[in-house]
Parts: sequence; structure tokens; C-alpha cells
Amino acid sequence: MNKLFLTASAAALTLALSAGVAAARDQIQVAGSSTVLPYAKIVAERFGETFTNFKTPVVESGGSGAGIKEFCKGAGEDTIDIANASRAMKDSEVESCKKAGVTDIQEVRFGYDGIVFATDAAGPDWQLTPVDVYKALAAKIAVDGKLVDNPNTKWSQVNSALPDWDIAAYIPGEKHGTREVFEEKMLIAGCKEAGGIEAATASGLDEKGAEAACKAVRKDGKAVDIDGDYTETLARIDSNKQGVGVFGLSFYENNADKLKVATVSGVTPSVETVASGEYPVSRPLFFYVKKAHLGIVPGLKEYVEFFLDDQMVGPEGPLAEYGLVPAPDAERQEQRDAFTGGKTM
Amino acid sequence: MTDITASSLPVAAPPARRDIGLKKRYAAEARFRMYGIAAITFGLVFLAIMLGTIISKGHTAFWQTTVTLPVTFDPTLIDPQNKRESDPSVLIKANYDKLAQQALISKLGIDAKSKPEVAKLKGFLSDSARIQLRDMLVANPALMGQTVTVPILASANIDSAFKGQVDLTVPEARRKVKDQQITWMNQLAAEGTLAEKFNTGLFTYGASSRPETSGVGVAIVGSLYMMAIVLVLALLVGVAASIYLEEFAAKNRLTDLIEVNINNLAAVPSIVFGLLGLAVFINFLGMPRSAAIVGGITLSLMTLPTIIIATRAALAAVPPSIRQAALGLGASKMQMVFHHVLPLAMPGILTGTIIGLARALGETAPLLLIGMVAFVANYPATPFDPATALPVQIYMWANEAERAFVERMSGAIIILLVFLMAMNLTAIVLRRKFERRW
Repeated sequence: MNKLFLTASAAALTLALSAGVAAARDQIQVAGSSTVLPYAKIVAERFGETFTNFKTPVVESGGSGAGIKEFCKGAGEDTIDIANASRAMKDSEVESCKKAGVTDIQEVRFGYDGIVFATDAAGPDWQLTPVDVYKALAAKIAVDGKLVDNPNTKWSQVNSALPDWDIAAYIPGEKHGTREVFEEKMLIAGCKEAGGIEAATASGLDEKGAEAACKAVRKDGKAVDIDGDYTETLARIDSNKQGVGVFGLSFYENNADKLKVATVSGVTPSVETVASGEYPVSRPLFFYVKKAHLGIVPGLKEYVEFFLDDQMVGPEGPLAEYGLVPAPDAERQEQRDAFTGGKTM
Repeated sequence: MTDITASSLPVAAPPARRDIGLKKRYAAEARFRMYGIAAITFGLVFLAIMLGTIISKGHTAFWQTTVTLPVTFDPTLIDPQNKRESDPSVLIKANYDKLAQQALISKLGIDAKSKPEVAKLKGFLSDSARIQLRDMLVANPALMGQTVTVPILASANIDSAFKGQVDLTVPEARRKVKDQQITWMNQLAAEGTLAEKFNTGLFTYGASSRPETSGVGVAIVGSLYMMAIVLVLALLVGVAASIYLEEFAAKNRLTDLIEVNINNLAAVPSIVFGLLGLAVFINFLGMPRSAAIVGGITLSLMTLPTIIIATRAALAAVPPSIRQAALGLGASKMQMVFHHVLPLAMPGILTGTIIGLARALGETAPLLLIGMVAFVANYPATPFDPATALPVQIYMWANEAERAFVERMSGAIIILLVFLMAMNLTAIVLRRKFERRW
């Protein structure tokens, strides 16, 4: 029995160690934003089906930041090839990438995503403006040119046109790329309009501090950070019929029978209004490719070209059908040219 | 002698009833029993609610709406320029969507020239029809020109509508299923062309962006690989460590320290093991990301303390008389352990191992960090290929926007629960059958 033991342990140990010298990778590895994940999945699946000589890429989710961090670990077979991101890469991230030896990064902007406010389908119609959102959700708001702790408890106090509901908003948590867009396009925009910047500078803050004060969300439980995905936000709205949730446009379109969408500054969000720029709360979606991997990981170049093909990202493609707002024709062509031309950041 | 008559004996007065609080004590016991029953009922109610929700939401996932259509592999549509002899890739790139669409058009009796009607057919059949028909033709080129009856999956939206999961009272514009499609669906269902069939795909498909073609196949294979690795590594290392600690090691400060550490490790949150796996196996040893081997080793580390504690308890439960008898008959210490103590402790060790495995099977947190929470469509040929695990698949489906994934998620939970129940039953059977009491 002891002999059996020793042989088996030895076998297990060799197995564990041999993993270090695994065979060359033949599968593309992608990681990053959970907003981009559904699109990347659709493309990856069709790529595997169309190119029968390549395997279907592996797509991890985990957030834009985590994906970029993984991407910037270095170049080589044990690092990922593509990072999906729902925001542009920050300068600091590009720097840390360079330090780790990832010098040539190709940026691809493949479309846009709208961010919508929605309530339960049975509720009344909502017409929001950035100012309303700022006054309802900011920690401190400007009253008579002074910053005071947000006194509003009902939406009707913010704007008499809004329903007489207690303020309960489910907004994306800090780790989501969506949060940044929400802060910039709603809170800061509303803050500027409502005179919050002046009030903040009057109280002795510099420009940066004023913006930070604008986007600070109230912490008294009326604005709830959702760190999970939109399904969690939907579940919150389901249980609190007077809640307001922040969703991606594609998620809303897939659940339009359960949710009612609010207009922002009078514009109803849709693929058309986001594409034309009329609807204010939208952001571009990106993925980043390691140029050094292009000739080494089989199928990587084909995958990116397949992704950028009009069959995928075009207005008639499956991504648009899922809810992606396609980029204008010229921009799609520009992105394709930039990739084939080998343009790096 | 004094004559004492019986009558003159002082009659013993009945003892004064001491207040021993009998009533109170009975009442206390009754109350305690009630608390116990209440606690169990409380637990059972929640179990029933959980199982009820999962089963009521998930049982539909085991059936899938399928449309059986006669499909003609029309060479003029597949290969209009007749080049398939010289260029086999024509067969791969052909427009197979059109074939399925043609079959549906003739079945429904729609005017093929009426563009708005044909446009409404979009999204009736699953997108996977294209791949299904292509694979059929590539595997058997003799089908060209023939008409074959093929069961094609309905799209997820039609599937949900047929199962009654779509609220048809909502205005048409806000639904994914249009009224005309419902009419067609009912028409085909009345003919018997469209029906629910047992969903074998749920067990064989890998991850997919289309709900109707997504399944737990890849996840089950990934989980099996990991369980095998955990079984080999954790059982061997765990048993060896416990035998040494229990039978051979001297009892001193050092072994006490080791014991405290093992008990602590058993309570460490599983995500910590994920961090360790990422740092050691992927970043330092350079093992592949998303692979079952890394997941297996990481989960082994997590299971190890559980197995060591169970094994040590099982070894300690073997009475010293067995050891003394073996030693007394001239066995060496090693012979004593391997010939007598270990076989007697085996049922306890196996039970502990199975319970540890069951915990490892349900774990997602450590896998998140080593890249196994991922979309993986291809079956892993070896433990070194990217794979996912069963609980990971459940988590991924829970985050999907499409309604049809909700039932898949509950279906996958049912499958996972069946696996866990089977493992725990095995543990009970082993214990009942082989356990000896002294």
C-alpha cells in the first residue's frame, strides 16, 4: 500500500510541475468589462463557428479595471491578448503597461452604449434632467449659492413634475465603468447647471475639489451602489416598485416589458438617439490588443478583423441587434484602417 | 418485651410534598421541544421555498421548443457558382440561414416575395440552425440536393413565449416576440411541427451567447477534471500528513502550532486561496490561465485542511488496543498503521473527503481570480485547456440580460444540487456500510 502511495504522489507532483511547461497556446484569451462581455461573447462564438480552424476565444469578465490590469502584466503566452473596456485606458494604465513590457497597444473603439434610467413598467412616465439627478443624488447641493447637505427626500421636492416618490436610486458601483459616465454626464453636468461649481469654489475648493464635490453621491441610503450586474439592479426595482435604476441600453432593450425608461432632457434613449448624439448619456466601448501577440497567437488578427467587420459591428449586425449603438460608417472604416495600419497608442 | 400492637404504632404521616418544581421542569422541557421543532420548521420552510423557487423556475429548462422542418439542401442556394469541387470552403461560408428560412416559408405558406412578412420570420428560428445545417452537409456531402427532415431549435424568444413566460398583454412594441410570430407559433404547434422536446443540449452544449444553444457540458467536464485533481492531490497529501501527525510525530510545541494552523486554514475564506493560486501557479510557475489544472490545485489547497481534520479524527477513533495488539505480535509501526489502523479508519477518511469534494464542487470565488469565470465554448481536451465549472456557469447565466437564461440558470442549479446530493448520499452509504463502532 505504501508503494502505491509513493508512486501516486510522485505522479501527482510531476503532473503539477509539468503544467509549467504547457504546450503553446492556441486559443485567444480576452478579459475585462462586463458591459463589453455580451458583445465579445457574440463575436467569439461566431468567430469559432466561422473559422473552423481556430478555437473559440475564451472571454473572462471582471470589470474594465481588472481586465486592463491583467493585460498590463506583460507580454508573452501566459498573459491575455485582449482587454475589453467600457472606458478609455487611463494614462497611468498605459504607463504601467509600458513598464511591464507591453509597449505596443492597439486601441479599438467598436461602438457606443447608452446609459438609461428606468423604473418599473407599471409606474408613471419620467422626464429627468441632469439637474434633477444632481439635486436628488448628490451628497451636497447648492442652495442660494452655498453647499448644504442634500435636504431632498422625495423626487417631487427636486422637481414638481416628477412623481411624489421617496428617492431610491440604484446606481452602478465604483468598480463599474458605467459609474464614471454617470458621474460625468449626469452629476457634474447637473452640478454645473445648478450652480454647484460656483458654490463649491466659493466655499474655498479648487476646480478639482469642486468637481469631486459635485460627483460625491449621498451616503444616507437613498442612492444605493450596485456592485453586481444589471440583473441585480433589476431585482432591486422588482422589489421596490418606486425605485429608479441605472441600466445599459442593451439591458433595457432586452427587458423592455418589465421596465419603463425615463427621458433625459426630453430625449428618449434608443439606438438612433444615442448614435446621433441627441441622447446625452452615452459612452464609447473599447478593446485593446497586444500588438506583440498578433503573429504569435493563432487567429488573433482574424478575430479583431472579424469583430470590426460590418457583419458584426454594422447597423444590421448581431451586436446592434443585442443593443450596441453602432459607430457611424466613417468611424467604423477609420477603426478598421487604424488596426490594419498597425497604429499603436 | 413491650407488647406493641400494630395499632399503637405511630402512623407514618404522608411525607410533606416537597416543592421539587416538577411542573415547572416539565413545562421547561415542553418549551425546549417546541423551540427545537420551531427551529427545524423554520429551516425546512426556507429549504422548501428555495427548492420550490428553483424547481418551479428551472424545470422548464429541461425542455426545449423545437421546430421539425423538411429542409432542402438546394445547390443553387448553397453553391450558386458550382465551385465546391475546387474550393471546399464554399460549403462552410454558404448562406445556410436561407435554407432554414425557405423551409419555414413553405411550411407556413407565406408569400416568399412579401418582404415585410419574410422580415418577421427573422428571430423565429435559432441562429444555430446555420451551424447545424452546415455541419450536416459538411459531414455528409451526399445530402446536396436532397430534402431532409431536420429538428431545428426555435429561438429563445419563441421558446419563452411557447412556455408562457412572456407577458403577452404588454404592448407589442415593448416585447421581443411579435404578434405575427405568436400566430405562426400557434399554427405550427397545432400542426405538431413545433413542440417541446427533452433538452439534451443543456447537458452537451458549452457556453453560448444564444440561450437556446447554451448548456453545462463544458462546465461539467471542467468540474470533473477539477474534482479528479482534488481527489488525487488532496487525498494523498491530506492522508499522508494526517498519518504522520497522528501516528508518528512527537507531541511538542511545533506539532501543536501546525495543528492550530490547520484548523485556522479550514476557516480561511476561499477567495484567499484564489489569490494564492493566482500568485503562485499563474504568475510564478507560469501555468495557463482559465485551466482546470490550476483550478484543481487551488481547490485542493482549499480542501486539504478539511480532509486532514477528518482523517485525524478517523485515525484517533481507532482504539489503542488494535495498535497495541499489532505491535505486540511483532508488527513494525508502519505495518501497524498501514495494515490495521488505516483500513479501519478508511470509512471516516472517505466521508471527510467526499464532504470536502462537495464543498470544492460548489466553489466559485477562488476560480474568479484564476480566470475560470469565463465564456468557454470549446470542450477542454486536457486539464490544461481553458474550462469553467458548474457553479461558475450558474453565476455567468445569472448575470445575463436575456430572460431565457433565467430558466437555464435554475436548471443548472438543479443539476448541481443533484451532483451534490449524490456525493453526500455516497458519503452516508459508505459510513453506514463500513463504519465500525467500538
